[in-house]
Parts: sequence; C-alpha cells; structure tokens
Amino acid sequence: MMVRPVFEKHEMEQLLHMVHHVYGYDFSEYSKASLNRRIQKFMHDKGLMDSKSLIQLLAGDRLSFQFFLETVTVNVTEMFRDPSFYKCLRQQVIPILATYPQINIWHAGCATGEEVYSLCILLHEAGLLHRCRIYATDISPANLEIAKSGVLPLHHMREYTANYHESGGVLDFSDYYTAHYDKVLINKQIRERVVFLQHNLVTDHSFNEFQLILCRNVMIYFNKQLQNKVLKLFYESLSPLGFLALGMKESLLFSEIKSKMSAFESAVKIYRKKNK
Amino acid sequence: MKQVPDYQVVLIGGSAGSIPVISELLQQLPATFKIPVVLIVHRMRNINSQLDVLFSRNAVTRKVVDTEDKMALQKGKVYLAPQNYHLLFEDDKTLSLDYSDPVFFSRPSIDVSFESAAAVFGPATLAILLSGANQDGSNGAAIVAASGGTVWVQDPATAESDVMPLAAVRACAQALVLTPAEMGKQLQQL
Repeated sequence: MMVRPVFEKHEMEQLLHMVHHVYGYDFSEYSKASLNRRIQKFMHDKGLMDSKSLIQLLAGDRLSFQFFLETVTVNVTEMFRDPSFYKCLRQQVIPILATYPQINIWHAGCATGEEVYSLCILLHEAGLLHRCRIYATDISPANLEIAKSGVLPLHHMREYTANYHESGGVLDFSDYYTAHYDKVLINKQIRERVVFLQHNLVTDHSFNEFQLILCRNVMIYFNKQLQNKVLKLFYESLSPLGFLALGMKESLLFSEIKSKMSAFESAVKIYRKKNK
Repeated sequence: MKQVPDYQVVLIGGSAGSIPVISELLQQLPATFKIPVVLIVHRMRNINSQLDVLFSRNAVTRKVVDTEDKMALQKGKVYLAPQNYHLLFEDDKTLSLDYSDPVFFSRPSIDVSFESAAAVFGPATLAILLSGANQDGSNGAAIVAASGGTVWVQDPATAESDVMPLAAVRACAQALVLTPAEMGKQLQQL
C-alpha cells in the first residue's frame, strides 16, 4: 500500500491561505477531493511528508510554486475530445455563428491549446475563421506558453486524426500540421486568429461579449458555489442567443442561470442564452 | 466477530469479465436495499458506451445513473462512473469528476474512487473488487481496509480474469474472498 502524507483539513486551509496571500491564487472554492489528490501527488513527487514542509517550500520558492501550480491545475487535454460534441458544433452551432459579421469566442481554461485548435479547424473548414476572434484563457502561464507555441507531441496524432474524422471531418488531417521528429507544429493559418491570455475564473471579470463560450471540464474542479459564480460570469459575457458549451458530464442543474438558458443540444451539453 | 456496520456507500470495481457479475449482483439487490451503490468499471475511451442502459435493464428495481459532476449520493440509487473521468467523493457526499491522468492506464480508476470513498466514509465503506486483467483497485482496497472499511474480493477461481482479484488479495490481508453468489446473499442482508 502506498503511504500517503497525512493532510488534515486545517492544514489544507493553512496551505490555501498562504498560497492566496503570497501568490494571489485563490483555491478555497476548489473541489476538495480532487485538489487533495493533486496536492498529495505534488508532495509525493517532491518527497515531502507533511504539510508544514510543503508550506515552507512553497512560501519561500517561487519556482517550486510554479511547479505546484502546474500540478494542481489539471491540464490533461486532447484534440477533438468527445467527437460527438464537435460534430454538433460543426453541424448545428457554426451555421448559426456564420450569420454574424464578426464572431467573438471565449475558450475558458484552454490548458495547452488542443481543444482551441480543434475549434479553429472547424471554423476554418466552414470558411469563418477570418471573421473570428478566439480568446483562449487559462490560469497557468506555463500552459499558455505551450498553447501559444502550437507545438504538440506527435504520438497522439493518430488518435486525434480518428477523433477528427469521427467528428465529421473529411479532409486530410495531416494537412493541418507539420511533423518534425517527435513533435508537430499546427499551421500558422489555423493559429493566427487566437489570442492567448492569462485569466483566473475565480478572481477576474469578463472582458468582452461573446457569441460562443466554451468551458469544458474546467468547472469539475470547482465546488458548487464557485461553479455558480463562474456560470454567472459566463452568462453576463454572452450576447443574446449566445452559446455556452460545457463538458459532457457537467450541467446547469445546480446554477442560478439555469432558467435563463435553454438546452440547445443537451446530449453534448450545449446551452443557449434566452433572448429575454 | 465484527458487527456489521451501517454502510453509507457500496463501491463495486471491476474490469475484464466483471460486467456479467455486476449485472448478477444488481439483479439480486432487494427493492428495500437503500445504500447508494457506485460502479467503477473500466471502459473504452471515446466510444459511446451504453453501460448505464445495460445495467438498468438488469437492475430491475432501480435505474442506473450515468453520473454527472456534483450529483448528490441518494439512497436507493446506483451510480456509474462515467467513461474517461475519475470519480471522487466530497465531504458533503456529492460526487466529483476529475480528468487527471489515468491510473494503471485506467480512467475511471478503481484505486482513485476507493481511496476517495475511504477518506469520506471511513468504516462505513464497503468496497467490492471483481474480475479484471490489471491491478487497479488493490491499492485502493488496502486503503479502504486501513480506514476501517470492509473489502470483498471475488474468489479468483470464479473470475474470468483473475489478475485484479489476486492482486487485491495480496495487497489487502483483511479482504473477504467471496463467490458472486455469496456476495449477492451478503448484500441482501445489509
């Protein structure tokens, strides 16, 4: 049996308080079960046996904190994750977006960019990309650096290609990137309408009005109160009849905005703001 | 003889060869069985699996819920961990999803759910590990037992794939080894 470091509730509170105070990141409304697991992973990787040594390390060393931030903010992602979702975007949402002269999109919690570029490929194939501005935001500067570079590991491309075709893509997927040793570079044409910004959903406000907001598998790491707060932020940031896309196992069920949104395609969790 | 505790949750984990056993166990649950049941079964990624529908058909008395984030555990219900997410338990007894890296190539991972349940429910946890072709679940089973919970492992001789139950028996000395028929009978007595 793997021995876990002991980590009591009040120690967690001490740690989060220090992180908030010293670095400005507020994790107090994150889901505790998942946060706990990832903090324990960080402690295990660093060989730390108690919360006191963890707090000491993080408080005194910005570099260690950066690594901590990368560990506790989950950034596992893939291109065309949930092909049925992307199929719905392609077939039902994008034709409606096409009626706008200019399209603003917010991809909140973009991690290392795989889903952003998936969306850009759909918009490109619909001939809309040049009319779009995609704001891709994440809490982690390290994630944004990777996302911005457009460089992905090669070994996932076979799976991504299958996802792309399953989502209704009919072109040669390899035309969208250049392979170089064990990496690929997504074409500049696909990347050039994306602006990457650091944005913290917990503390930062809205910064524009959008026709489409995507926030998939980000809020699962938040507690219900924070989910509700962030959903209100999205609601306020949507144009009338704007779309909101969540992860396949997320919903508006517990939120205040539920009555102000309609289910556009509930099977893939796409909602639409009601026109008052 | 240890007195039977009032369990607050029954977890059933399995992989290859576990689906018929789970169906059998669900079929045997009496209508009066009120403890929430949580199923953690390894499945293929990105394939639309209808396991909840399949299990619902077999569970006669109850519907199997394909779990969504932050659902509350309710009495008399059966929850299925969704494909491609880990399933965790919060202190307020709601279910949380997590998309971090697979454990033993598995997401959902049985270890992750067992360990999380042990932290929230402690001795009120009953963890059942069935047939499977890898060792996911054995570490979690040991943690459940160490937290005072109960562990049942499918008798390896009755398992279609015995790697998972054998690993669990090795990792968790307190585990009770039972055949599926014995498990069904014991569940009826809870």
